[in-house]
Amino acid sequence: MTAPTLRIEDLALKFRTYSGMVDVLHGISLHIQKGERVALVGESGSGKSVTARIVLGLLQSLRTARISGHVDFDGRDLMSMHDAERHRLRGTKMSMIFQDPTSSLNPVYTIGDQFREVLFRAEPGLKMAAARQKAVAALTDVAIGEPERVLDSYAYQLSGGMNQRVMIAMALANEPSLLIADEPGTALDVTVQAQTLRLMGELVEKHRTSVLFISHNLGVVREFADRVYVIFKGRIVEHAMTRDLFENPRHAYTRALMSAVPRITGGGIPEIDDASPDFLAPLIVHEGCAEPGAPV
Amino acid sequence: MKRTLTILIRNPLSLLGLTLVVLVVLSALFADFIAPFPEHRGAIVDFANFNRAPEWPYIFGTDLVGRDLFSRILYAYRISLLLGVVVLVIAVPIGVTIGLAAGYLGGWTEFVLMRITDVFLSIPPLVLAMSMMGLLEPTLTNGMLAVTAMWWPWYTRLVYNLARSEREEGYVLAAEVIGAGKAHIMFREILPNCVPSILTKMTLDLGFVILIASSLSFLGLGVQPPTPDLGSMVADGSKYLPDSWWLTVFPGLAILVAVFGFNLLGDALRDILGVEQ
Repeated sequence: MTAPTLRIEDLALKFRTYSGMVDVLHGISLHIQKGERVALVGESGSGKSVTARIVLGLLQSLRTARISGHVDFDGRDLMSMHDAERHRLRGTKMSMIFQDPTSSLNPVYTIGDQFREVLFRAEPGLKMAAARQKAVAALTDVAIGEPERVLDSYAYQLSGGMNQRVMIAMALANEPSLLIADEPGTALDVTVQAQTLRLMGELVEKHRTSVLFISHNLGVVREFADRVYVIFKGRIVEHAMTRDLFENPRHAYTRALMSAVPRITGGGIPEIDDASPDFLAPLIVHEGCAEPGAPV
Repeated sequence: MKRTLTILIRNPLSLLGLTLVVLVVLSALFADFIAPFPEHRGAIVDFANFNRAPEWPYIFGTDLVGRDLFSRILYAYRISLLLGVVVLVIAVPIGVTIGLAAGYLGGWTEFVLMRITDVFLSIPPLVLAMSMMGLLEPTLTNGMLAVTAMWWPWYTRLVYNLARSEREEGYVLAAEVIGAGKAHIMFREILPNCVPSILTKMTLDLGFVILIASSLSFLGLGVQPPTPDLGSMVADGSKYLPDSWWLTVFPGLAILVAVFGFNLLGDALRDILGVEQ
Protein backbone atom coordinates (compact mmCIF):
# COMPACT_ATOMS: atom_id res chain seq x y z
CA MET A 1 0.00 0.00 0.00
CA THR A 2 1.36 3.41 -0.93
CA ALA A 3 1.74 6.12 1.66
CA PRO A 4 -1.39 8.18 2.17
CA THR A 5 -1.37 11.65 0.65
CA LEU A 6 -1.85 13.19 4.03
CA ARG A 7 -1.36 11.63 7.38
CA ILE A 8 -1.75 13.56 10.60
CA GLU A 9 -0.82 11.83 13.78
CA ASP A 10 -1.51 13.11 17.27
CA LEU A 11 -1.40 16.73 16.19
CA ALA A 12 -1.67 19.18 19.05
CA LEU A 13 -1.71 22.95 18.81
CA LYS A 14 -1.51 25.55 21.52
CA PHE A 15 -1.48 29.30 21.26
CA ARG A 16 0.46 31.37 23.71
CA THR A 17 -1.55 34.37 24.77
CA TYR A 18 -1.19 37.03 27.43
CA SER A 19 -3.34 34.96 29.77
CA GLY A 20 -1.41 31.72 29.31
CA MET A 21 -1.61 28.85 26.88
CA VAL A 22 -4.79 28.09 25.01
CA ASP A 23 -5.27 24.54 23.76
CA VAL A 24 -6.73 24.47 20.31
CA LEU A 25 -6.10 20.95 19.11
CA HIS A 26 -5.75 18.09 21.61
CA GLY A 27 -3.97 15.53 19.48
CA ILE A 28 -5.97 14.73 16.41
CA SER A 29 -5.17 12.02 13.88
CA LEU A 30 -6.49 11.70 10.38
CA HIS A 31 -5.37 10.48 7.01
CA ILE A 32 -6.35 10.85 3.38
CA GLN A 33 -5.52 8.24 0.75
CA LYS A 34 -4.73 9.21 -2.79
CA GLY A 35 -7.85 10.33 -4.62
CA GLU A 36 -9.94 10.14 -1.49
CA ARG A 37 -12.34 12.84 -0.41
CA VAL A 38 -12.33 13.26 3.32
CA ALA A 39 -14.47 15.67 5.26
CA LEU A 40 -13.65 17.33 8.55
CA VAL A 41 -16.90 18.45 10.13
CA GLY A 42 -17.44 20.57 13.17
CA GLU A 43 -18.82 23.80 14.49
CA SER A 44 -17.06 27.14 14.40
CA GLY A 45 -13.98 27.19 16.55
CA SER A 46 -13.61 23.43 16.69
CA GLY A 47 -10.19 23.55 15.04
CA LYS A 48 -11.04 22.73 11.43
CA SER A 49 -9.37 25.68 9.81
CA VAL A 50 -6.23 25.68 11.94
CA THR A 51 -5.71 22.06 10.95
CA ALA A 52 -5.80 23.14 7.34
CA ARG A 53 -3.34 25.92 8.02
CA ILE A 54 -0.90 23.60 9.71
CA VAL A 55 -1.03 21.29 6.72
CA LEU A 56 -0.30 24.25 4.49
CA GLY A 57 2.56 25.25 6.74
CA LEU A 58 1.14 28.67 7.50
CA LEU A 59 1.07 28.36 11.27
CA GLN A 60 4.51 26.86 11.79
CA SER A 61 6.22 30.21 11.43
CA LEU A 62 3.92 31.88 13.94
CA ARG A 63 5.85 32.51 17.12
CA THR A 64 2.86 32.15 19.39
CA ALA A 65 1.88 28.72 18.05
CA ARG A 66 3.16 25.53 19.69
CA ILE A 67 2.66 22.55 17.46
CA SER A 68 3.44 18.94 18.22
CA GLY A 69 2.71 15.66 16.48
CA HIS A 70 3.34 14.42 12.96
CA VAL A 71 2.11 15.64 9.63
CA ASP A 72 3.22 13.55 6.68
CA PHE A 73 2.52 14.72 3.17
CA ASP A 74 3.17 12.27 0.34
CA GLY A 75 5.38 10.35 2.71
CA ARG A 76 7.46 13.39 3.70
CA ASP A 77 7.49 14.81 7.18
CA LEU A 78 6.12 18.34 7.03
CA MET A 79 6.99 19.24 10.59
CA SER A 80 10.74 18.78 10.24
CA MET A 81 10.81 20.48 6.87
CA HIS A 82 12.34 23.89 6.36
CA ASP A 83 10.07 26.84 5.74
CA ALA A 84 11.49 27.12 2.25
CA GLU A 85 10.63 23.53 1.46
CA ARG A 86 7.08 23.91 2.73
CA HIS A 87 6.87 27.07 0.71
CA ARG A 88 7.79 25.13 -2.41
CA LEU A 89 4.92 22.71 -1.84
CA ARG A 90 2.28 25.41 -1.52
CA GLY A 91 0.54 26.20 -4.76
CA THR A 92 2.25 23.33 -6.53
CA LYS A 93 1.62 20.14 -4.57
CA MET A 94 -1.15 21.48 -2.37
CA SER A 95 -3.65 24.20 -2.85
CA MET A 96 -6.74 25.53 -1.21
CA ILE A 97 -10.08 27.07 -1.99
CA PHE A 98 -11.98 29.35 0.31
CA GLN A 99 -15.38 30.32 1.58
CA ASP A 100 -15.74 33.54 -0.29
CA PRO A 101 -14.39 33.26 -3.82
CA THR A 102 -14.86 36.91 -4.69
CA SER A 103 -12.73 38.24 -1.88
CA SER A 104 -10.09 35.60 -2.56
CA LEU A 105 -9.29 37.21 -5.87
CA ASN A 106 -7.36 40.46 -5.88
CA PRO A 107 -9.68 43.20 -7.13
CA VAL A 108 -6.98 45.11 -9.02
CA TYR A 109 -5.81 42.34 -11.34
CA THR A 110 -7.68 40.56 -14.10
CA ILE A 111 -8.46 36.88 -13.72
CA GLY A 112 -5.96 36.20 -16.49
CA ASP A 113 -3.11 37.95 -14.64
CA GLN A 114 -3.82 36.01 -11.47
CA PHE A 115 -4.16 32.77 -13.33
CA ARG A 116 -0.77 33.30 -14.93
CA GLU A 117 0.85 33.84 -11.56
CA VAL A 118 -0.56 30.57 -10.32
CA LEU A 119 0.80 28.75 -13.37
CA PHE A 120 4.19 30.44 -12.96
CA ARG A 121 4.47 28.86 -9.52
CA ALA A 122 4.86 25.46 -11.08
CA GLU A 123 6.53 26.48 -14.34
CA PRO A 124 8.50 29.71 -13.89
CA GLY A 125 9.60 29.88 -17.52
CA LEU A 126 6.12 29.59 -18.98
CA LYS A 127 5.44 31.80 -22.01
CA MET A 128 2.55 34.27 -21.90
CA ALA A 129 0.70 32.65 -24.78
CA ALA A 130 1.17 29.15 -23.37
CA ALA A 131 -0.04 30.30 -19.96
CA ARG A 132 -3.12 31.80 -21.51
CA GLN A 133 -3.81 28.63 -23.41
CA LYS A 134 -3.54 26.60 -20.23
CA ALA A 135 -5.81 29.00 -18.41
CA VAL A 136 -8.41 28.80 -21.15
CA ALA A 137 -8.31 25.03 -21.01
CA ALA A 138 -8.62 25.04 -17.22
CA LEU A 139 -11.59 27.41 -17.34
CA THR A 140 -13.26 25.30 -19.99
CA ASP A 141 -12.87 22.36 -17.62
CA VAL A 142 -14.93 24.14 -14.99
CA ALA A 143 -17.71 24.76 -17.49
CA ILE A 144 -17.03 28.42 -18.09
CA GLY A 145 -18.56 29.26 -21.45
CA GLU A 146 -16.44 32.22 -22.52
CA PRO A 147 -13.02 31.66 -20.99
CA GLU A 148 -11.42 34.45 -23.03
CA ARG A 149 -13.85 37.04 -21.73
CA VAL A 150 -13.51 35.78 -18.16
CA LEU A 151 -9.72 35.99 -18.31
CA ASP A 152 -9.95 39.65 -19.24
CA SER A 153 -12.44 40.42 -16.46
CA TYR A 154 -11.92 41.51 -12.90
CA ALA A 155 -13.32 39.46 -10.03
CA TYR A 156 -16.01 42.02 -9.23
CA GLN A 157 -17.32 41.84 -12.78
CA LEU A 158 -18.14 38.15 -12.41
CA SER A 159 -20.79 36.43 -10.36
CA GLY A 160 -19.94 34.58 -7.16
CA GLY A 161 -20.54 31.26 -8.85
CA MET A 162 -18.21 32.19 -11.70
CA ASN A 163 -15.52 33.27 -9.26
CA GLN A 164 -15.90 30.03 -7.37
CA ARG A 165 -15.34 28.08 -10.55
CA VAL A 166 -12.35 30.27 -11.38
CA MET A 167 -10.93 29.50 -7.93
CA ILE A 168 -11.44 25.79 -8.47
CA ALA A 169 -9.75 25.98 -11.84
CA MET A 170 -6.81 27.88 -10.33
CA ALA A 171 -6.52 25.52 -7.40
CA LEU A 172 -6.36 22.52 -9.69
CA ALA A 173 -4.31 24.15 -12.45
CA ASN A 174 -0.98 22.82 -11.20
CA GLU A 175 -2.38 19.34 -10.55
CA PRO A 176 -1.79 19.35 -6.80
CA SER A 177 -1.95 16.07 -4.97
CA LEU A 178 -3.92 17.62 -2.12
CA LEU A 179 -6.71 20.14 -2.31
CA ILE A 180 -7.96 21.72 0.87
CA ALA A 181 -11.46 23.10 0.56
CA ASP A 182 -12.29 25.36 3.50
CA GLU A 183 -16.07 25.64 3.52
CA PRO A 184 -16.12 26.24 -0.20
CA GLY A 185 -18.98 28.33 -1.40
CA THR A 186 -20.50 29.05 1.99
CA ALA A 187 -20.84 32.62 0.80
CA LEU A 188 -22.80 31.50 -2.25
CA ASP A 189 -26.43 30.57 -2.54
CA VAL A 190 -27.30 26.90 -2.29
CA THR A 191 -28.04 26.13 -5.91
CA VAL A 192 -24.76 27.60 -7.09
CA GLN A 193 -22.96 25.87 -4.27
CA ALA A 194 -24.39 22.49 -5.26
CA GLN A 195 -23.46 23.07 -8.87
CA THR A 196 -19.86 24.01 -8.15
CA LEU A 197 -19.43 21.16 -5.70
CA ARG A 198 -20.56 18.67 -8.29
CA LEU A 199 -18.10 20.20 -10.71
CA MET A 200 -15.30 20.06 -8.19
CA GLY A 201 -16.17 16.43 -7.46
CA GLU A 202 -15.88 15.50 -11.11
CA LEU A 203 -12.57 17.29 -11.50
CA VAL A 204 -10.85 15.81 -8.48
CA GLU A 205 -11.98 12.41 -9.61
CA LYS A 206 -10.49 13.03 -13.03
CA HIS A 207 -7.16 14.24 -11.62
CA ARG A 208 -7.13 11.75 -8.73
CA THR A 209 -6.68 14.63 -6.32
CA SER A 210 -7.05 14.01 -2.62
CA VAL A 211 -9.38 16.44 -0.91
CA LEU A 212 -9.62 17.61 2.66
CA PHE A 213 -13.07 19.07 2.81
CA ILE A 214 -13.73 21.34 5.73
CA SER A 215 -17.32 22.16 6.49
CA HIS A 216 -20.02 22.61 9.04
CA ASN A 217 -22.67 21.81 6.50
CA LEU A 218 -23.69 18.18 6.84
CA GLY A 219 -25.80 18.14 3.71
CA VAL A 220 -22.84 19.19 1.61
CA VAL A 221 -20.56 16.69 3.33
CA ARG A 222 -22.99 13.88 2.63
CA GLU A 223 -22.98 14.75 -1.06
CA PHE A 224 -19.27 15.19 -1.42
CA ALA A 225 -17.19 13.14 0.99
CA ASP A 226 -16.19 9.48 1.03
CA ARG A 227 -15.21 9.48 4.66
CA VAL A 228 -15.93 11.83 7.54
CA TYR A 229 -14.16 12.95 10.68
CA VAL A 230 -16.28 14.83 13.20
CA ILE A 231 -14.30 17.27 15.28
CA PHE A 232 -15.43 18.92 18.50
CA LYS A 233 -13.38 21.33 20.56
CA GLY A 234 -10.07 20.18 19.10
CA ARG A 235 -10.80 16.45 19.41
CA ILE A 236 -11.94 14.03 16.74
CA VAL A 237 -15.04 12.44 18.17
CA GLU A 238 -16.24 10.19 15.39
CA HIS A 239 -14.70 8.68 12.27
CA ALA A 240 -16.78 6.79 9.74
CA MET A 241 -17.55 6.22 6.10
CA THR A 242 -20.05 8.86 5.02
CA ARG A 243 -22.93 6.44 4.58
CA ASP A 244 -22.36 4.76 7.94
CA LEU A 245 -22.14 8.08 9.72
CA PHE A 246 -25.40 9.39 8.37
CA GLU A 247 -27.24 6.09 8.88
CA ASN A 248 -25.93 5.46 12.28
CA PRO A 249 -24.33 8.36 14.11
CA ARG A 250 -22.90 6.92 17.30
CA HIS A 251 -21.39 9.86 19.09
CA ALA A 252 -23.64 12.18 21.09
CA TYR A 253 -22.08 15.23 19.46
CA THR A 254 -22.59 13.91 15.94
CA ARG A 255 -26.22 13.23 16.74
CA ALA A 256 -26.62 16.75 18.10
CA LEU A 257 -24.95 18.18 15.02
CA MET A 258 -27.32 16.27 12.78
CA SER A 259 -30.42 17.27 14.66
CA ALA A 260 -29.27 20.87 14.45
CA VAL A 261 -29.97 20.92 10.72
CA PRO A 262 -33.25 22.76 10.22
CA ARG A 263 -35.82 20.57 8.46
CA ILE A 264 -37.62 21.89 5.47
CA THR A 265 -40.73 20.07 6.72
CA GLY A 266 -41.11 22.59 9.49
CA GLY A 267 -40.79 22.57 13.22
CA GLY A 268 -38.40 25.52 13.17
CA ILE A 269 -34.90 25.37 14.47
CA PRO A 270 -34.58 22.37 16.79
CA GLU A 271 -33.75 22.79 20.45
CA ILE A 272 -30.41 21.31 21.35
CA ASP A 273 -28.03 21.76 24.20
CA ASP A 274 -25.04 23.97 23.60
CA ALA A 275 -22.83 21.63 25.51
CA SER A 276 -23.27 18.32 27.16
CA PRO A 277 -20.81 16.10 28.98
CA ASP A 278 -21.64 13.41 26.43
CA PHE A 279 -20.04 15.52 23.72
CA LEU A 280 -16.68 14.94 25.35
CA ALA A 281 -17.00 11.17 25.15
CA PRO A 282 -13.98 9.47 23.53
CA LEU A 283 -13.48 8.90 19.82
CA ILE A 284 -15.77 6.40 18.16
CA VAL A 285 -14.31 4.72 15.09
CA HIS A 286 -16.65 2.86 12.81
CA GLU A 287 -15.76 -0.51 11.34
CA GLY A 288 -13.25 -0.40 8.51
CA CYS A 289 -12.01 3.08 9.29
CA ALA A 290 -8.80 2.78 11.27
CA GLU A 291 -5.81 5.08 11.02
CA PRO A 292 -2.99 3.44 9.07
CA GLY A 293 -0.66 1.62 11.38
CA ALA A 294 -3.04 1.77 14.31
CA PRO A 295 -4.21 -1.50 15.93
CA VAL A 296 -7.63 -2.39 14.57
CA MET B 1 -9.96 58.07 -17.92
CA LYS B 2 -12.67 59.69 -20.00
CA ARG B 3 -15.19 59.04 -17.26
CA THR B 4 -12.85 60.59 -14.72
CA LEU B 5 -12.53 63.75 -16.78
CA THR B 6 -16.28 63.98 -17.24
CA ILE B 7 -16.85 63.81 -13.49
CA LEU B 8 -14.09 66.34 -12.88
CA ILE B 9 -15.63 68.81 -15.29
CA ARG B 10 -19.21 68.38 -14.11
CA ASN B 11 -18.58 69.42 -10.52
CA PRO B 12 -17.88 73.18 -10.43
CA LEU B 13 -15.47 72.93 -7.50
CA SER B 14 -13.50 70.10 -9.10
CA LEU B 15 -13.41 72.03 -12.33
CA LEU B 16 -12.10 75.08 -10.48
CA GLY B 17 -9.44 72.94 -8.79
CA LEU B 18 -8.38 71.39 -12.06
CA THR B 19 -8.25 74.80 -13.75
CA LEU B 20 -6.13 76.33 -10.99
CA VAL B 21 -3.72 73.40 -10.96
CA VAL B 22 -3.37 73.41 -14.73
CA LEU B 23 -2.82 77.17 -14.60
CA VAL B 24 -0.14 76.90 -11.92
CA VAL B 25 1.65 74.03 -13.63
CA LEU B 26 1.57 75.68 -17.04
CA SER B 27 2.83 78.99 -15.71
CA ALA B 28 5.69 77.21 -13.95
CA LEU B 29 6.58 75.17 -17.02
CA PHE B 30 6.39 78.04 -19.49
CA ALA B 31 7.65 80.81 -17.23
CA ASP B 32 10.36 81.60 -19.76
CA PHE B 33 7.77 82.45 -22.38
CA ILE B 34 5.06 83.99 -20.23
CA ALA B 35 7.16 86.19 -17.99
CA PRO B 36 7.51 89.71 -19.37
CA PHE B 37 10.91 90.09 -17.67
CA PRO B 38 12.50 86.66 -17.39
CA GLU B 39 15.82 88.15 -16.31
CA HIS B 40 14.13 89.53 -13.16
CA ARG B 41 14.23 86.15 -11.48
CA GLY B 42 17.90 86.75 -10.63
CA ALA B 43 19.93 89.42 -8.95
CA ILE B 44 19.02 92.43 -11.03
CA VAL B 45 18.35 95.97 -9.98
CA ASP B 46 16.37 98.56 -11.85
CA PHE B 47 16.08 101.54 -9.54
CA ALA B 48 14.33 103.57 -12.19
CA ASN B 49 11.23 101.40 -11.69
CA PHE B 50 11.47 100.39 -8.03
CA ASN B 51 8.44 99.89 -5.80
CA ARG B 52 5.88 100.61 -8.49
CA ALA B 53 2.19 99.97 -7.95
CA PRO B 54 0.58 97.59 -10.46
CA GLU B 55 0.47 99.23 -13.88
CA TRP B 56 1.42 98.18 -17.40
CA PRO B 57 3.82 96.49 -18.06
CA TYR B 58 4.29 95.60 -14.38
CA ILE B 59 0.83 94.08 -13.81
CA PHE B 60 1.64 92.99 -10.24
CA GLY B 61 3.91 95.93 -9.55
CA THR B 62 7.64 95.86 -8.86
CA ASP B 63 9.64 95.13 -5.73
CA LEU B 64 12.07 97.36 -3.87
CA VAL B 65 14.86 96.88 -6.39
CA GLY B 66 12.63 97.27 -9.40
CA ARG B 67 12.02 93.65 -10.38
CA ASP B 68 8.72 92.65 -11.95
CA LEU B 69 6.66 90.75 -9.36
CA PHE B 70 4.60 88.84 -11.91
CA SER B 71 7.72 87.38 -13.50
CA ARG B 72 9.17 86.51 -10.11
CA ILE B 73 5.96 84.76 -9.03
CA LEU B 74 6.01 82.59 -12.15
CA TYR B 75 9.57 81.50 -11.38
CA ALA B 76 8.72 81.01 -7.72
CA TYR B 77 5.97 78.58 -8.79
CA ARG B 78 8.62 76.65 -10.63
CA ILE B 79 10.72 76.31 -7.45
CA SER B 80 7.69 75.46 -5.30
CA LEU B 81 6.41 72.78 -7.64
CA LEU B 82 9.86 71.31 -8.07
CA LEU B 83 10.22 71.15 -4.32
CA GLY B 84 6.77 69.61 -3.90
CA VAL B 85 7.37 66.95 -6.53
CA VAL B 86 10.84 66.06 -5.28
CA VAL B 87 9.66 65.85 -1.67
CA LEU B 88 6.81 63.54 -2.60
CA VAL B 89 8.94 61.44 -4.92
CA ILE B 90 11.33 60.76 -2.04
CA ALA B 91 8.93 60.71 0.90
CA VAL B 92 6.17 58.56 -0.60
CA PRO B 93 8.25 55.47 -1.48
CA ILE B 94 9.94 55.57 1.92
CA GLY B 95 6.71 56.04 3.82
CA VAL B 96 4.80 53.48 1.76
CA THR B 97 7.46 50.79 2.09
CA ILE B 98 7.74 51.20 5.85
CA GLY B 99 3.96 51.28 6.19
CA LEU B 100 3.53 48.14 4.12
CA ALA B 101 6.20 46.27 6.04
CA ALA B 102 4.77 47.29 9.40
CA GLY B 103 1.18 46.62 8.40
CA TYR B 104 1.68 43.30 6.70
CA LEU B 105 4.53 41.68 8.61
CA GLY B 106 3.30 42.67 12.07
CA GLY B 107 5.02 41.53 15.24
CA TRP B 108 8.36 43.08 16.10
CA THR B 109 8.77 44.68 12.71
CA GLU B 110 5.52 46.52 13.21
CA PHE B 111 6.43 47.55 16.74
CA VAL B 112 9.85 48.94 15.88
CA LEU B 113 8.85 50.66 12.64
CA MET B 114 5.69 52.24 13.98
CA ARG B 115 7.35 53.52 17.17
CA ILE B 116 10.04 55.21 15.09
CA THR B 117 7.30 56.69 12.95
CA ASP B 118 5.47 57.87 16.06
CA VAL B 119 8.57 59.70 17.22
CA PHE B 120 8.60 61.67 13.98
CA LEU B 121 4.86 62.26 14.15
CA SER B 122 5.05 63.50 17.72
CA ILE B 123 7.24 66.47 16.75
CA PRO B 124 5.23 69.31 15.24
CA PRO B 125 6.12 69.16 11.53
CA LEU B 126 7.14 72.78 11.14
CA VAL B 127 9.32 72.62 14.25
CA LEU B 128 11.05 69.51 12.91
CA ALA B 129 11.69 71.10 9.54
CA MET B 130 12.82 74.34 11.18
CA SER B 131 15.31 72.65 13.45
CA MET B 132 16.70 70.68 10.54
CA MET B 133 17.02 73.82 8.46
CA GLY B 134 18.63 75.58 11.40
CA LEU B 135 21.29 72.88 11.56
CA LEU B 136 21.86 72.71 7.84
CA GLU B 137 22.74 75.37 5.36
CA PRO B 138 19.56 76.98 4.02
CA THR B 139 19.60 75.81 0.42
CA LEU B 140 16.94 74.37 -1.84
CA THR B 141 18.34 70.85 -1.46
CA ASN B 142 18.36 71.04 2.31
CA GLY B 143 14.88 72.49 2.24
CA MET B 144 13.70 69.45 0.33
CA LEU B 145 15.49 67.22 2.81
CA ALA B 146 13.88 68.88 5.80
CA VAL B 147 10.37 68.76 4.35
CA THR B 148 10.89 65.12 3.28
CA ALA B 149 11.93 64.18 6.81
CA MET B 150 8.65 65.52 8.18
CA TRP B 151 6.55 64.13 5.39
CA TRP B 152 7.17 60.36 5.09
CA PRO B 153 5.67 59.37 8.47
CA TRP B 154 2.22 60.44 7.31
CA TYR B 155 2.40 58.03 4.43
CA THR B 156 3.65 55.31 6.71
CA ARG B 157 0.64 55.77 8.92
CA LEU B 158 -1.80 55.88 6.03
CA VAL B 159 -0.42 52.78 4.33
CA TYR B 160 0.06 50.96 7.63
CA ASN B 161 -3.63 51.26 8.38
CA LEU B 162 -4.61 50.28 4.87
CA ALA B 163 -2.27 47.30 4.88
CA ARG B 164 -3.61 46.19 8.26
CA SER B 165 -7.11 45.95 6.89
CA GLU B 166 -6.08 44.55 3.51
CA ARG B 167 -4.09 41.84 5.29
CA GLU B 168 -7.36 40.32 6.44
CA GLU B 169 -8.76 40.16 2.92
CA GLY B 170 -9.23 36.76 1.36
CA TYR B 171 -6.91 37.41 -1.56
CA VAL B 172 -3.93 37.87 0.76
CA LEU B 173 -4.52 34.49 2.36
CA ALA B 174 -5.14 33.01 -1.07
CA ALA B 175 -1.81 34.40 -2.24
CA GLU B 176 -0.04 32.98 0.82
CA VAL B 177 -1.60 29.62 0.16
CA ILE B 178 -0.39 29.43 -3.41
CA GLY B 179 3.06 30.23 -2.10
CA ALA B 180 3.54 33.93 -2.82
CA GLY B 181 6.51 35.49 -1.04
CA LYS B 182 6.26 38.31 1.48
CA ALA B 183 7.60 40.97 -0.87
CA HIS B 184 5.24 39.82 -3.59
CA ILE B 185 2.26 40.07 -1.27
CA MET B 186 3.29 43.49 0.01
CA PHE B 187 4.05 45.13 -3.30
CA ARG B 188 2.01 43.18 -5.81
CA GLU B 189 -1.11 42.26 -3.85
CA ILE B 190 -1.62 44.86 -1.13
CA LEU B 191 0.01 47.96 -2.61
CA PRO B 192 -2.15 48.17 -5.75
CA ASN B 193 -5.20 48.22 -3.51
CA CYS B 194 -3.78 51.20 -1.62
CA VAL B 195 -2.99 53.25 -4.72
CA PRO B 196 -6.22 55.30 -4.80
CA SER B 197 -5.65 56.51 -1.23
CA ILE B 198 -1.99 57.26 -1.82
CA LEU B 199 -2.72 59.13 -5.03
CA THR B 200 -5.38 61.25 -3.36
CA LYS B 201 -3.12 62.10 -0.47
CA MET B 202 -0.29 63.00 -2.85
CA THR B 203 -2.47 65.46 -4.72
CA LEU B 204 -3.66 67.06 -1.50
CA ASP B 205 -0.12 67.12 -0.17
CA LEU B 206 1.37 68.88 -3.15
CA GLY B 207 -0.52 71.96 -1.96
CA PHE B 208 0.58 71.49 1.64
CA VAL B 209 4.22 70.98 0.71
CA ILE B 210 4.13 74.29 -1.14
CA LEU B 211 2.58 75.90 1.94
CA ILE B 212 5.16 74.44 4.31
CA ALA B 213 8.05 75.33 2.04
CA SER B 214 6.69 78.88 1.82
CA SER B 215 6.36 79.00 5.61
CA LEU B 216 9.99 77.96 5.95
CA SER B 217 11.23 80.61 3.59
CA PHE B 218 8.89 83.14 5.18
CA LEU B 219 10.85 82.49 8.35
CA GLY B 220 14.07 82.92 6.42
CA LEU B 221 14.94 79.23 6.57
CA GLY B 222 14.14 78.22 3.05
CA VAL B 223 15.34 79.11 -0.39
CA GLN B 224 17.67 82.09 -0.21
CA PRO B 225 17.65 85.26 -2.34
CA PRO B 226 18.00 86.02 -5.13
CA THR B 227 16.09 82.85 -6.06
CA PRO B 228 12.44 83.90 -6.14
CA ASP B 229 10.30 82.20 -3.51
CA LEU B 230 6.72 82.96 -2.57
CA GLY B 231 7.34 82.72 1.17
CA SER B 232 10.30 85.07 1.26
CA MET B 233 8.53 87.48 -1.08
CA VAL B 234 5.64 87.72 1.39
CA ALA B 235 8.08 88.15 4.25
CA ASP B 236 10.01 90.92 2.53
CA GLY B 237 6.87 92.76 1.52
CA SER B 238 5.20 92.54 4.91
CA LYS B 239 7.51 95.24 6.25
CA TYR B 240 6.05 97.75 3.81
CA LEU B 241 2.38 97.10 4.48
CA PRO B 242 -0.01 98.73 3.90
CA ASP B 243 1.60 101.26 1.57
CA SER B 244 3.29 98.81 -0.82
CA TRP B 245 0.49 96.27 -0.50
CA TRP B 246 1.26 94.56 -3.83
CA LEU B 247 4.55 93.23 -2.46
CA THR B 248 2.63 90.98 -0.07
CA VAL B 249 -0.78 90.52 -1.63
CA PHE B 250 0.24 89.03 -4.98
CA PRO B 251 2.74 86.43 -3.69
CA GLY B 252 0.22 85.59 -0.96
CA LEU B 253 -2.53 85.14 -3.51
CA ALA B 254 -0.18 82.99 -5.57
CA ILE B 255 0.29 80.66 -2.60
CA LEU B 256 -3.45 80.61 -2.03
CA VAL B 257 -4.21 79.75 -5.65
CA ALA B 258 -1.76 76.84 -5.70
CA VAL B 259 -2.77 75.35 -2.35
CA PHE B 260 -6.46 75.85 -2.98
CA GLY B 261 -6.22 74.32 -6.44
CA PHE B 262 -4.41 71.18 -5.27
CA ASN B 263 -6.83 70.81 -2.39
CA LEU B 264 -9.90 70.97 -4.59
CA LEU B 265 -8.35 68.58 -7.07
CA GLY B 266 -7.40 66.19 -4.26
CA ASP B 267 -10.95 66.25 -2.91
CA ALA B 268 -12.29 65.59 -6.38
CA LEU B 269 -9.91 62.65 -6.82
CA ARG B 270 -11.04 61.26 -3.49
CA ASP B 271 -14.64 61.27 -4.66
CA ILE B 272 -13.79 59.78 -8.02
CA LEU B 273 -11.55 57.03 -6.69
CA GLY B 274 -13.97 56.24 -3.88
CA VAL B 275 -11.43 56.70 -1.11
CA GLU B 276 -12.87 56.85 2.39
CA GLN B 277 -11.77 59.61 4.64
